[in-house]
Amino acid sequence: MSKSFDAIIIGGGHNGLVTASYLAKAGLKPLVVEAGDQLGGCAVTREFAPGFRSSAVAHLLHALHPRVVADLGLEGQGLRGLCKPVGTGLLLPEGRRIDITHDAAATAASIGAVSKADAEAYPRVMARLGKLATALGTFLTRTPPNPAIAQNDFQTKLALGMFALQLRMLGKKDMLELTRILTMNVADLANDHFESDAIKGLLSFEATLGVYLGPRSPNTVFNLLYRLSSFGKHGMGGLYQPLGGMGAVAEALAKAARAAGADIRLQAPVERILIEKEQAVGVVLQGGEEIRAPIVASSADPQRTLLKLVPPGELDTEFLKRIRHLRMNGCVAKLHLALDGLPTGVTQSDGRLVIAPSINYVERAFDCAKYGRVADHPALEVTFPSLADPGLAPAGKHVASILFQYAPYKLRETPPAVVREQVLDRTLATLEQAMPGLAAKVTAAEVLTPHDLENRFGLSGGQWHQGEVTLDQMFFLRPAAQFQQYRMPIPGLWLCGAGAHPGGNVSGAAGANAAREIIKARKNGR
Amino acid sequence: MNATYDAIVVGGGHNGLVTAAYLAKGGEKAGKNKLKVLVLERYHKVGGAAMSEEIYPGFTYSTCSYVCSLLRPEIFRFLDLPRHGLQVIPYEINSAPNPEGEGIITYRDHDRTRESLRRHSIKDAEAYDHYAMEISRQCRFIKPLLMVTPPDPTALNPFAQNRINPWGKRADLDGLLKIAAEFGRMGDKQMYEIIRFWTMSIGDFLDEYFEHPRWKGFSAASSIIGTALGPYSPGTAYVLLHHYMGEVDGQIGAWGFARGGMGSVSKAIASAAMEAGAEIRTNAEVDKIIVKNGKAIGVTLKNGEEIYAKTVVSNLDPKRTYLKLVEKSDLDAIDPDIHSYAKNFKIRGSSGKLNIALDGLPQFAGLPKEAAWGTIDIGGDFDYIEHAYDDYKYGSWSKRPFLDCVIPTTVDPTMAPPGKHFMSVFVQYVPYKLAEQPWTPDMKAAFEKDVLDTIEENAPGFRKLILHCQTRTPWDIENEVGLTEGNIFQGELTLDQMLFNRPFPGLGQYRGPFDNFYMCGSGTHPGGGVMGAPGANAAREMLKDFKNGVVKAGAGR
Amino acid sequence: MTHVQHLKPFLRKTPFFEPIDRLMHGNGWIRWMGYYSPAFFDSEQSEYFATRHGASVYDVSPLIKYAIRGKDAARFANYLVTRDLTKVKPMQAAYTAWCDDDGKMIEEGTIFRLGENDFILNAALHQLHWLDESAYGFDVEIEEISDQLAGLSLQGPTSREILQQMGVQGIEKLPHFGIMETTVDGHWLRIDRAGFTGDLGYELWVKPQDGIWLWETLFRIGDPYKIAPMGSQALDWLRIEAGFILVDADYTGSHHALRPTSRVSPFEAGIGWCVGLKKDAYFVGKRALRAEKEKGLSRHILIGIEVEGRKPAPGSFLYADRAGKQEIGITTSAMWSPGLKKNIAFAKVPPSFVKPGTQMWIEIWYPKEHKIERSMVKCWAANRMFYDPPRKKA
Repeated sequence: MSKSFDAIIIGGGHNGLVTASYLAKAGLKPLVVEAGDQLGGCAVTREFAPGFRSSAVAHLLHALHPRVVADLGLEGQGLRGLCKPVGTGLLLPEGRRIDITHDAAATAASIGAVSKADAEAYPRVMARLGKLATALGTFLTRTPPNPAIAQNDFQTKLALGMFALQLRMLGKKDMLELTRILTMNVADLANDHFESDAIKGLLSFEATLGVYLGPRSPNTVFNLLYRLSSFGKHGMGGLYQPLGGMGAVAEALAKAARAAGADIRLQAPVERILIEKEQAVGVVLQGGEEIRAPIVASSADPQRTLLKLVPPGELDTEFLKRIRHLRMNGCVAKLHLALDGLPTGVTQSDGRLVIAPSINYVERAFDCAKYGRVADHPALEVTFPSLADPGLAPAGKHVASILFQYAPYKLRETPPAVVREQVLDRTLATLEQAMPGLAAKVTAAEVLTPHDLENRFGLSGGQWHQGEVTLDQMFFLRPAAQFQQYRMPIPGLWLCGAGAHPGGNVSGAAGANAAREIIKARKNGR
Repeated sequence: MNATYDAIVVGGGHNGLVTAAYLAKGGEKAGKNKLKVLVLERYHKVGGAAMSEEIYPGFTYSTCSYVCSLLRPEIFRFLDLPRHGLQVIPYEINSAPNPEGEGIITYRDHDRTRESLRRHSIKDAEAYDHYAMEISRQCRFIKPLLMVTPPDPTALNPFAQNRINPWGKRADLDGLLKIAAEFGRMGDKQMYEIIRFWTMSIGDFLDEYFEHPRWKGFSAASSIIGTALGPYSPGTAYVLLHHYMGEVDGQIGAWGFARGGMGSVSKAIASAAMEAGAEIRTNAEVDKIIVKNGKAIGVTLKNGEEIYAKTVVSNLDPKRTYLKLVEKSDLDAIDPDIHSYAKNFKIRGSSGKLNIALDGLPQFAGLPKEAAWGTIDIGGDFDYIEHAYDDYKYGSWSKRPFLDCVIPTTVDPTMAPPGKHFMSVFVQYVPYKLAEQPWTPDMKAAFEKDVLDTIEENAPGFRKLILHCQTRTPWDIENEVGLTEGNIFQGELTLDQMLFNRPFPGLGQYRGPFDNFYMCGSGTHPGGGVMGAPGANAAREMLKDFKNGVVKAGAGR
Repeated sequence: MTHVQHLKPFLRKTPFFEPIDRLMHGNGWIRWMGYYSPAFFDSEQSEYFATRHGASVYDVSPLIKYAIRGKDAARFANYLVTRDLTKVKPMQAAYTAWCDDDGKMIEEGTIFRLGENDFILNAALHQLHWLDESAYGFDVEIEEISDQLAGLSLQGPTSREILQQMGVQGIEKLPHFGIMETTVDGHWLRIDRAGFTGDLGYELWVKPQDGIWLWETLFRIGDPYKIAPMGSQALDWLRIEAGFILVDADYTGSHHALRPTSRVSPFEAGIGWCVGLKKDAYFVGKRALRAEKEKGLSRHILIGIEVEGRKPAPGSFLYADRAGKQEIGITTSAMWSPGLKKNIAFAKVPPSFVKPGTQMWIEIWYPKEHKIERSMVKCWAANRMFYDPPRKKA
């Protein structure tokens, strides 16, 4: 025993690093134990083919919470310089496209080429949705309250009051509108406001990305609002491509954590959480080493933490049932292509390209997933990170980083190995129309299916957000009722990852909230 | 332009009749504020979708709705409906045939059901106890909410939660407090369960309890009936409650047949209304609601006749009411958003209906004879229903549909000649508009064939028993019954169109945008089914306005 | 025509159905979890006295039996129930409760430990769903074996002699809550010394096909020992005297509670002694039960009371004062005990009224020649085990 620690943080993903930083800043001595040889968890940059590097999982940044950025001094760690704002290009059949950028006039003109009405409606509708989302977003950095109001502490009550006020300040019309659309399906919302398949398809894609739902499934508008909440003051205000890949963001976070005084150990996979006399007292690493600390905070997902790392017989039956039944059916595959050159149809200024030409297109892709198959015609989000950062590929060559929706974790007949082939083939087939000759330029490819994501990054079910972001798994229901305040039933055990409120994306909010609760509990001697 | 009536009820469906009866009786404290009421019905008889007609000689068809349980006992009792001839015969069996093996059958008797399920899965039979209990707990929360006006959440001022504060509206506060109190009694844990249950899919919910695929598909039936959703769509768990919260003599979840067909329900309510002094005019289609200075003052009939009244209440669905009976200019003068609310109101029909006269009792595959005494759900596992739903999503009827069949003549001897039977087949999913072309007779015949083929597969020899078959698509239901897009609930029962958002945000308390104008159909809280609660709730709000002088009583007198 | 004509009877018969049916006067059949079960034969009084003076036989085959086996069976069982099973050796049984997450009782019953990792749990309600849910992560197999064992409960002072006469070797050495397996006339027989009467008694388990043999042998040999068949009504008297609680009569199992507040903890049910807070391992509900114990959160305790007069007082309200101003509780089971000549009941009262001898008032409504009359009489807190003869454990 060389050193003693106040807290052990399981997992060096972005939330784990954020928690460690906050704890260290509060004067605790935290130790981060990371299974892999890189920090960042899913926010890492990896070499997938000789000389070609890409963000391994998430590839665009939008949700990193400004509070976290300020508190941890991430600007000082060079974060802002890292990020390049990107627009969205919708690739439509017959080579048409719509470009949505920060330039309002150009965007209107671009949409107007497809539909005049939608060009007028798009900024208006998105502004209203953004306003509603921002009101919801107030709650991102708060600890979810207990619905039995009296049982909350003063801080949480105050937060709840502020939230109520925020809703009231929306005004009667908007407040009612929020209650109405919250549970709606995005197809209805899109049909209400737009006429062109292109815009409807885009909304469908945005609202279903990362959830195992189709555009006609209720509650998808919630996912859209959730995403939009980070485009206002509760996030970075837009989509950004991190230079050097997502790993650069993780490095900034790691730097901040180390600067604050946190210890970090790589290649230290946790085998189980050490529990003595019904208290969490540390962790046992694979290989048998025991590390002890009175606080164990896990940034692994709830299923991994509570079903795998906690030995059986330490938690109650109904609670475990809830955890087992969390919806964690990952359905996004990740593709990396090493390219000989930039494909035709892609310009230097392109950021994010989306293929989701209509509601039915996305819905049919989901239908495949519903029956446990890879989508025949996937919805895709394509970026070429080497455009912004040529260092990611050898000179003159390029990298494509692609999200493929839907490739479900729960497969019926397809073996996982075949899924990889299907994802690649269908992606290339889908892109061929918009980027003729693409397939010929591919020199190497890597496909990460949800199964691969589970095996490599420890994400149960290959679910990016450590649990789908849907109404029945949010706020005070995340990860489970009565345990939404980061404190797990076993004293000393905390959850600080995206599996806790407010969920996924590279935001750091869950890690920051958990740290706040841990520090509060420590102060109160609990 | 003297008002001849205190209230005109537009549409003589069961809810309109309940409103009329309540108004004519002057509300629960009968006798004090009796109003002069006129019901206007475009068809030659009242009932709307709760209708019985002799379509084929000797057979009474329940042409639209076909079973009864949701009718609130409070209404039953207050209107003394048994005296007006309404009898509800509970049935005790639900079943699902299986062409490839043993079917599923459940009984009112819990032990018998468990024994029956054990043949399929011991695990599921044991889990059934837990499942049934959880559903009962959920129903217990929802039931007290049915007969109340949904509170308006925006009327609440967080800084003004006390009784002497003049800003907050007392009724809304009380309404919310009532819900809060109901929540409080639940205890922490149940509260969470409820929140989760309201937003989750029935598929996920059933997966937490059961393993047998056909049993799960069978259990999901109530969750998708009348919706445009599949079992894995979030929000469907709640629809299950909507069908389970019915009761017959306090037996929650029990359903019954109205003796003489569903028309008996409307007939009894109409009789109660007329006894109380309400006037009912049939063959009197309302063309427009007359609005003057933001006030509803009467209606114009199709034949040009104008009738004036202190108040007008519409039993028609919100879309029909606001897009057809009301001038857009009148709406825009109040609030331009209402027209778009009405336009965007979700009211997709998803179900069709076959009414069949049978020469004898069909035998269903894999089921004992007693199965015919209750509902027979023809379907399969979740995949079967999801596939049926997929067809619908892309604008076609389900090639292999989910069917909810009843043969009321097995317990009710009045509806068919001895030994013969009437069978009602509810078909899900059928779109209001086909993707490729309109509903032509050919299309309708093809649809009918697919349904009959599905029945034949599950009840070999069925076709030979058919004497007559009436087929109705949502298109027909709109044109014949007047339900927009053929939606049986007068508006989809999704969370965004429930409680204070039903029918539209801001109009959730039965009052329309104009003064003296109200809504009383299933398009208002708490929604569809032959329940009568919207009608009774609307009448209560109207009487409150009369009492408070918002509307002055004593029309034409 | 009615539905009933088409419905096939579905209640199951235990192997003892025929002999019981022959002895029954009138229709004493009732349902018990999907089986036919006798409520009475002739009079519950004679069946009651047979148990206290001779021996009675009650068909316990419908009890729901779950086998728990496998590598982790011992660890799992100890996690499932509140008792510390590390102290229960193989071939011993234990009475225990099992709880939900909140420490509220799902049910109580007897768990039999047949081997190191071989258990049978007897329950009155179906529990498979809960057992399966709880077994997540444990290497165990859980199987419902209700139909594989037929059982008779032989209770009363002469029960041991009857078994000796039957040729059961070593029965006199079988301790209270002990289990033995033997062979009699070539028939396999498992005997445990437990029961629901609070008297000396045994439960005899055989293979279903040996049921008739067991029944006939018992009645042939038991005749001089005053053996008698018994139904559930007499059993109910016996168990109240013995202080045993019954699910759905004295408490609502947590899974059957419509209102969460109507659930009770083992402390509240008055069986706090079988909550092993000190046991090393965690068990379902332990955190909640510890909090209840440490913070004194029990709302009420089910105790025994003795009531003045001889009017039985089921479902009666208890008051702190004669005027009936301060209501404090309610009775559940109640009876006039013909053996003890006492008017006894179980009552839910606040913890401050639990001390034996505490006086309370009780309001009893009773029929008197077609009228219902009310009386307010005294009652006293008492040990719930009203009847506890030394021979039970000797």
